[in-house]
Amino acid sequence: MPSYVDPEKCDGCKGGDKTACMYICPNDLMVLNVEEMKAYNQEPDACWECYSCVKICPQGAIMVRGYDDFVPMGGMVHPMRSSDSIMWTVKFRNGNVKRFKFPIRTTAEGAANEYGGQKGANLDDECLFLEAQMPSPQKLAK
Amino acid sequence: MALPNKPKGELKAVPNPEIQEHECDVLIVGGGMAACGAAFEIKKWAPDDMKIIMVDKAALERSGAVAQGLSAINTYIGENPIENYVKMVRNDLMGVVREDLIYDLGRHVDESVKLFEEWGLPIWKKDDQGNNLDGAKPAPSLREGGQPVRTGKWQIMINGESYKCIVAEPAKKALGEENIIERVFIVKMLLDKNVDNQIAGAVGFSVRENKVHVFKCKTALVACGGAVNIFRPRSTGEGKGRAWYPVWNAGSTYTLCAQVGATLTMMENRFTPSRFKDGYGPVGAWFLLFKAKVQNGLGEFYANSDAVKDELAKFMPYGASPVTPTCLRNHLMLNELKAGRGPIYMATDVALNAFLEEKRAAGMDEKAVQKFWKHLESEAWEDFLDMSVGQAGLWAGANVEPEKVGSEIMPTEPYMLGSHSGCCGIWTSGPSEDWVPAIDGPRSHQYKWGYNRMTTVDGLFTAGDGVGASGHKFSSGSHAEGRIAAKQMVKYCRDHASFKPELAQSPQELADEIYAPVKLYLEHVAKSTAADVNPNYCKPAGLMMRLMKATDEYGGGVATYYMTSGKLLNICLDLLRMMREDAEKMAAGDLHELLRAWENYHRIWCVESHIRHIEFRKESRYPGFYYRSDYPTCDDENWKVFVNSTFDPKTKEWKCEKVNCVNIFETDPWL
Repeated sequence: MPSYVDPEKCDGCKGGDKTACMYICPNDLMVLNVEEMKAYNQEPDACWECYSCVKICPQGAIMVRGYDDFVPMGGMVHPMRSSDSIMWTVKFRNGNVKRFKFPIRTTAEGAANEYGGQKGANLDDECLFLEAQMPSPQKLAK
Repeated sequence: MALPNKPKGELKAVPNPEIQEHECDVLIVGGGMAACGAAFEIKKWAPDDMKIIMVDKAALERSGAVAQGLSAINTYIGENPIENYVKMVRNDLMGVVREDLIYDLGRHVDESVKLFEEWGLPIWKKDDQGNNLDGAKPAPSLREGGQPVRTGKWQIMINGESYKCIVAEPAKKALGEENIIERVFIVKMLLDKNVDNQIAGAVGFSVRENKVHVFKCKTALVACGGAVNIFRPRSTGEGKGRAWYPVWNAGSTYTLCAQVGATLTMMENRFTPSRFKDGYGPVGAWFLLFKAKVQNGLGEFYANSDAVKDELAKFMPYGASPVTPTCLRNHLMLNELKAGRGPIYMATDVALNAFLEEKRAAGMDEKAVQKFWKHLESEAWEDFLDMSVGQAGLWAGANVEPEKVGSEIMPTEPYMLGSHSGCCGIWTSGPSEDWVPAIDGPRSHQYKWGYNRMTTVDGLFTAGDGVGASGHKFSSGSHAEGRIAAKQMVKYCRDHASFKPELAQSPQELADEIYAPVKLYLEHVAKSTAADVNPNYCKPAGLMMRLMKATDEYGGGVATYYMTSGKLLNICLDLLRMMREDAEKMAAGDLHELLRAWENYHRIWCVESHIRHIEFRKESRYPGFYYRSDYPTCDDENWKVFVNSTFDPKTKEWKCEKVNCVNIFETDPWL
């Protein structure tokens, strides 16, 4: 289900430092054509449909069209992602529509505690940070 | 229109890239769960002046196998004895595993899961009445004793769309953004010029600008996932991208480590998961949460038949477990398919309606049943939307509603990995503990040599898909294993404070090697009117198809229902040898193509070791994952051993050997 870009909506992220879809694609597929100031998927048969580009696009310009070698035409799955939840619209080939909303995060973006500046106790034992003691196995082979 | 003999990509490659040199104490190669675990943990042990650099070929927020999200955390020990986790993994992987590594992972993994929750990952909980609450509802955290929603013994359910973003954030903050280099693909690890068998650096290139990056380091973690698109996939058109495992995993972990002499283990292991056909959506929740069963084409729920019980009895003790090992479940399914009793269906309709009937039978009124159904339907779709949106797209396109009709399932093409239900990878030291056996001989036979998760190469560590013979780590275990390795790398630096890494090749020599596909392209492109058809070079896309055709037809891919033989394997090895030679003739006109060229090079190496191991092991250890027609049974008497292989970077020769497999944990009872 390769992603594709709506040229009416895509503004190439206005030529900023980072074109969002190009920045995020895990497989280096999304690229910006500088002359047209539009992005496109340069290798659709290497697209995992991870939707990272769809979710990040600030213009909502990226959608996904089912893999043409096995998905019948007419369906569509599209997300709207906010900071704490995601709303999915699933449109079926026959026109039926379902919507689902799920939480995605319980803390504010940027709030994850990296425990900056804190140190572990003993470099020579097997305990990791925040671990006070290590169990040892019981029930060993005879 | 211009002649099609121009580079295709937007970022054209030039013959002489800029070179940037970096020096650090610790180099982290990769950006997935294991690498993020390492980035978080390492600062807790490193002195403030220790220089640590992380290099990811993608963007940390969405890289690795969890990029898309996940609907469950598959390893959370919780109330279970860790010993039972070891026994489960040992049985699922047909007995040949490193029990020390598995136990060690089991004692650290829950701390990672508790951190994920603290960082913001929504984890489903049980309320007082035993109902499922989604992860945003108020409930005690795991640390506070909250009850997760279990599916099976080891898995817990999450709302995991943003799982990777949440885990990447503290990793980034801990390490400092200035120490994280994204969009640089590491091509080779480099040994020290003076100290034998010691890692000293790495070289890679940017996929955003014409620049080669040369790193010097005292110690390195290589954690870049498993291998995908190494066998011909069932979908060879656009759907080639809809791999079950992330399509960007190119076997780099195994190749990078093997090339500098790290011993590999159990590279014969592979994973051919049975998944929803074509969309490759997950089946775990359908089996374990919704209690769905599989039906053959005759409508029979064959899994509990007498014939199946007799078949499983051929694989004792493994076949006797209440949860049949993954490969044997495939084996049973393949028997149905080969006998013409396909297709195999997951009876989603039967399972979902059984829940509704149960509620009605318990006296629930129809309005309440409908409300319950909405919740159930949402859970069913979330399973796909969190981690395999393509499967939801296939259902939408094909008008499939799971409550009305079942869906076909099918074993996929083979993948190589060490963190899921597979265990190929690199031979590493276990923890320095009394209960880990002390064994004489070279490191390739030993269980511990001072630094937990260090490979047989000094200073070279791995984690996640990289560590072999210890599967079933999944996302949480990979993170925990990255944390284990991180602490050990700091210890290694402390113990080797006087070591000054020196590279054998100059930065210019390295850059020339990495940009060879670009030079070749530019030298010859004008000799044909079409860039992709030229007698002087081959293109990465074509070579990948050649690789996948050879492995599929001779190495036991889907074309032969995973059947191969000594004769076929040796043909495959011949084809791969020529491919490895021709890989030097891959040409790249732009930076994206240069990335694909070097990924392919990693794929070829990685699959060659896979085929070599299967050829060496004269039995069929994993029926359902692959079969040897010349040695069709699982032969515990002669082959309940590891197969380890080592490439000698000096002589360029491979050595395969049998290595004893020790049962550390009790074998009676086996489970």
